[in-house]
Amino acid sequence: MIQVLAFYLFAALTIASAVLVISARNPVHSVLWLIVAFFNAAGLMVLAGAEFIAMLLVIVYVGAVAVLFLFVVMMLDIDFSELRAGFVRNFPLGLLIALVLLAELVFGIGAYQAGRIELATGTADQVTAMADSNIAAIGQVLYGQYLFLFESAGIILLVAMIGAIVLTHRDRKDTRPQNIGKQIRRRPGEATRNVKPEIGQGVQL
Amino acid sequence: MDLQHSLALIVPEEILSVGGLVLLLAAAWLGDKASRGISVAAVVVIAAAAAFTVPVLCGGNMGADTQAFFGQLRVDAFAAYSKLLIYAAAAAALMIAPRFFDRWNAMRAEYPVLIVFAVLGMSIMVSASDLMALYIGLEMNSLAAYVLAAFLRTDSRSEEAGLKYFVLGALASGILLYGMSLTYGFAGTTSFEGIRAALSGGLSTGALFGLIFVLAGLAFKIAAVPFHMWTPDVYEGAPTPVTTFFATAPKVAAVSLLMRVSLDAFGGHADAWRQVVTFAALASIVVGALGAIGQDNIKRLLAYSSINNVGFILVGLAAATVEGASAMLVYLVIYVAMSIGSFVAVLMLRDAEGNQIESIADLAGLSRTNPAIAWCLLLLMLSLAGIPPLFGFWGKLVVFKAAVDAGMVLLATIAIAASVIGAFYYLKVGKVMFFDEPANKAQGRNDWAHWTLLIASTVFISPLGYLLTGWLGNLADAASAALFLTA
Repeated sequence: MIQVLAFYLFAALTIASAVLVISARNPVHSVLWLIVAFFNAAGLMVLAGAEFIAMLLVIVYVGAVAVLFLFVVMMLDIDFSELRAGFVRNFPLGLLIALVLLAELVFGIGAYQAGRIELATGTADQVTAMADSNIAAIGQVLYGQYLFLFESAGIILLVAMIGAIVLTHRDRKDTRPQNIGKQIRRRPGEATRNVKPEIGQGVQL
Repeated sequence: MDLQHSLALIVPEEILSVGGLVLLLAAAWLGDKASRGISVAAVVVIAAAAAFTVPVLCGGNMGADTQAFFGQLRVDAFAAYSKLLIYAAAAAALMIAPRFFDRWNAMRAEYPVLIVFAVLGMSIMVSASDLMALYIGLEMNSLAAYVLAAFLRTDSRSEEAGLKYFVLGALASGILLYGMSLTYGFAGTTSFEGIRAALSGGLSTGALFGLIFVLAGLAFKIAAVPFHMWTPDVYEGAPTPVTTFFATAPKVAAVSLLMRVSLDAFGGHADAWRQVVTFAALASIVVGALGAIGQDNIKRLLAYSSINNVGFILVGLAAATVEGASAMLVYLVIYVAMSIGSFVAVLMLRDAEGNQIESIADLAGLSRTNPAIAWCLLLLMLSLAGIPPLFGFWGKLVVFKAAVDAGMVLLATIAIAASVIGAFYYLKVGKVMFFDEPANKAQGRNDWAHWTLLIASTVFISPLGYLLTGWLGNLADAASAALFLTA
């Protein structure tokens, strides 16, 4: 029962926040609503017993959203002092959202403890119950059966990195990087010079 | 099928990957000054990998013992044959590079490292017996190749070649992946053996779509018409040692992969893909021959020549028999020798200031100014045209014989007729070199690596090459027997 309740809660909030993403006037608000939508989608995945995908959603998408956020902030002309101005007025709304998220957490954890939601499945023979958690099962496949492909994919990424550096790295002569060894080796005699200028002549530098 | 057995089977790949990583560290610490030393070390690494591959080919390994990593790789005699050819071509590309890049002070330590990783990718490609392993190998090779094409950063043509290759290569990968996902969807598995078993009942429309898309993606990689457009531009723009590499090693790998996919995974449905392969073969032969006629850049001409040759190789695939596969493998060896020889000859042509000569008009009268190179280039051109006393004729003969034995007389007849068109432009190069007034352009000294490779490949394609036919035929037969074991 609790799973079904949690499901409707997450689903409704996902849709509601998704609608708000496209209807919010302020791009910063849109991005914030997007985060709420992702969290709720992750909650749905937890209910279905796919914890790994839930974590991926949170880590990858929220990470991506952080980048998007930076992009919005850098590219658009947003007056942040104006944004902060309504803090006291909007405080109750913020509190409400925080409460909703808290309720979701409680529901989600409760539902997860009660077992995953019963999904309607087409043919019974295709669904095999997993003994381990998802992450253990994925790990088994990734580092067992597909070990070779996984390691090879790592080499592909390495090749891509070498390529990017080969094509773009240039030794620049006009920069002056800090050479700590050279700085430490320096002796006072190399840097200073005793001169006795004539009065009224000035110094030759 | 335990891990130890799998790891013992992929020793060449392990040597290549560890060697590549160590060389990468050496390149990072020692810098570009050490690039010659690193090139030598890379040749040693590739030779070591080859040393572990030879026993597999000579032993004619096949069957269940050759399966590694749950059947994702099959390290049989067929894979070993292609691998040895790839290793030889890559070693040649490493040996000729330093002298070429020195002209621009552009020899960098990453060149040998990228070649080693590209070779690793091709090693995986030719031993793949699973769609995922196929794709991983293909991408590893392609990513290194994109960078190599743009390696001469100061040259805008090289950058253009790299970008063009990358964009079109990514498109081809997309097509290939789409085909693979359709195949997986309709077969329910990615292993070639599983696909073969799943489709044994009949080919549904969806699976047919998958097959066509996979073939289209692979046809791009081997530059078969109608997916050949990138070849002349990339071959012309890329630095010549890299072009030598492109024209040989990746082509061998992609052709072997195409053979594995069509004869193993889709081997039960040869009728479904024969039409496609036949069209690609004929179109490649004709377009390769006609396209080359108007070219005035020798690298572009050789690019069209490679398209033309791929067409002849595909004639063997259209036969879909053991003899056809064996003939393709023999043709590949001869093709690699001819390509290395002709590109090295092009590489050796420099004017007084040390710039590369690439225009055919500048070759005029080469027989008087530089007779050794002129004769070698003439023999290579005649061999590419398939004129009888030379070894290039043998490759065409075995391929046509396989096609005729498989009852494809019409295909063989049209291909032979079209190869006459090809002879025209090969002879034109000979005419310019031997009968035109000397342009006195080509001169410049060359190092021993160039001479060794040029003379070795010229001797190989000379009538002396016929001494090898028995030995080469046996190896190719063993390799294609391993390929057809499951069929």
